[in-house]
Amino acid sequence: MTNRNKQLVTGNEAAVLGALAGGAEAMFGYPITPATEILQGWINKAQTDKSLHFLQTEDETSAGFAVCGALLNGTKAFTASAGPGHVLMQDPVSMAENIRLPFVGIMMQRGGPSTGTVNFSQQEVNLAAFGGNGDGLRIVYSASTVQEMYDLSIKIFNTAWKYMFPTFLLGDGYLGKMESEINLTKSVNPVHSKKLLREQKIPTHLKNCYSSEEELAEILKQNIYDWNKHKNVIAESDKYRTGDASEIIVAHGLVASAAKEAVDLMRKQNRKIGLFRAITVHPLDTTALSVLAKKVKKIHLIESSQNQFSRIVKYELYGETTEIVEHSKPAEGFSPSEIVDLVQD
Amino acid sequence: MPKSWYAESKPHYFCPGCGHGVTLKQLGYAIDDMNIQEDVVFGIDIGCSLLAWNFLACDTIQTHHGRTTPVMVGYKMTKPSKVALAYMGDGGGYAIGLQSLLHAAFRNNPVTVILVNNENYAMTGGQMAPTTELGVATTTSPNGKTIEFGPGFKGPETVRSIASKDAFIARASVSNPLLLRNILKEAMETQTEKNNFSFIEVLSICPTNWKTSAEDSLKRVKEMEKYYPVGKI
Repeated sequence: MTNRNKQLVTGNEAAVLGALAGGAEAMFGYPITPATEILQGWINKAQTDKSLHFLQTEDETSAGFAVCGALLNGTKAFTASAGPGHVLMQDPVSMAENIRLPFVGIMMQRGGPSTGTVNFSQQEVNLAAFGGNGDGLRIVYSASTVQEMYDLSIKIFNTAWKYMFPTFLLGDGYLGKMESEINLTKSVNPVHSKKLLREQKIPTHLKNCYSSEEELAEILKQNIYDWNKHKNVIAESDKYRTGDASEIIVAHGLVASAAKEAVDLMRKQNRKIGLFRAITVHPLDTTALSVLAKKVKKIHLIESSQNQFSRIVKYELYGETTEIVEHSKPAEGFSPSEIVDLVQD
Repeated sequence: MPKSWYAESKPHYFCPGCGHGVTLKQLGYAIDDMNIQEDVVFGIDIGCSLLAWNFLACDTIQTHHGRTTPVMVGYKMTKPSKVALAYMGDGGGYAIGLQSLLHAAFRNNPVTVILVNNENYAMTGGQMAPTTELGVATTTSPNGKTIEFGPGFKGPETVRSIASKDAFIARASVSNPLLLRNILKEAMETQTEKNNFSFIEVLSICPTNWKTSAEDSLKRVKEMEKYYPVGKI
């Protein structure tokens, strides 16, 4: 008997299904490997569901700004991109960060800098979290599995519209193109959107340019206050076999999936090791990680970039005395057995 | 004062004698004549145009340099009942944002782009623009613009070459406010009644950076009209 809530899909297909379940109504994008199938998948859905809007724009900058335009009308809009496209996207995301637009982006990371490679990396953490000329008031999730590409593609819309910060989901090329059976049960109910150009008697005048340092500072103070107020609620993580662990691996995304298997391999050798997986890399679930950091003797930070994730973790763990060992391999993946070898004493 | 002006933001922030004031006055009257104030959503660019962020009593979004067109394309797509106006200068439309302007025209997106051409980058102090004519001195062409930077950029003609035949494309001038108003109305009607793209370039004056008197400003814009012909294109 088949379960109609289960489906064999790729990560990019899961993103489209998740966006739909999250209430997305419009997508604007420009083809780029390895995220192209998200745009294609959305446009295919729009062929039969005429309520869905889409436009393949002239570039990623315009895709991002068209998203902003649709958001102003209260439409749940999003884009998907990668690498150089993600770079171009910083222009509209910077505006979204200033005006508090609930911009949603699904970024399937590829190797960089520049055109780099088209398959895999974790080098877009900085871009997603801290790109643009602001202070990084952006929420960044990282998916580890195809199932999570679906679940988090739902969640990013809720998070963005609830807290009104630009919100991203990071995946990568391997995750986007691998096929897996996923459960399509909705994990959250979509929150309501609202018109940001309010269409009321008193006109809404939105601007991102201010005439004095003090005027801008007031806006930024409020934004930072909101960020600090909500960041602990937004932050998410997953702990695996950490109960009796004397050391932990800290990772995110597909690397965390490999690390989970590595933990199982090492547990068979009676090594007391566990995994802290960041579901949000920004804001980090510092509360949960600090508790673990106090308990363990060693933290292994493993990532497919040169310390981009590590810089966030080490900043958040400032003051903790636990030894941290960084294992960085920009734009290359890790196999479970490789991780086992890496974390050997 | 046009009914669709936002009285609380007056007197406006533009320099004395600036052509934006004339253009926005005629835009205000055109909106009043068409009785579409509640339907207009005004998108404005960076540069002097951003000073219009609260100019109209209409919902307004001030965007980034050259990016007003795609913002209004995205808005209009999800809210077809609105009248989407994208207001910018010649730097925003013909330099940094040309790609978006051309593609909106090419796709016949039902938005109205209003571009104010004063032949210089005025907000940053009078640098050379694509529209600066040969021989004209600016702070980045101190001895006069030479041909290696291109002749004065003919925007409406360029847009016409790739736009849908149904698109309305025209050039107006602040020297003839009534014609400007009528052209603005025809452009907006192209959007409201025919759901087509429309583009108007407005030849404008910049006494501050041109360093011209009121009389000489008007003389210069009349000279511009010889190189940049006014009317439907």
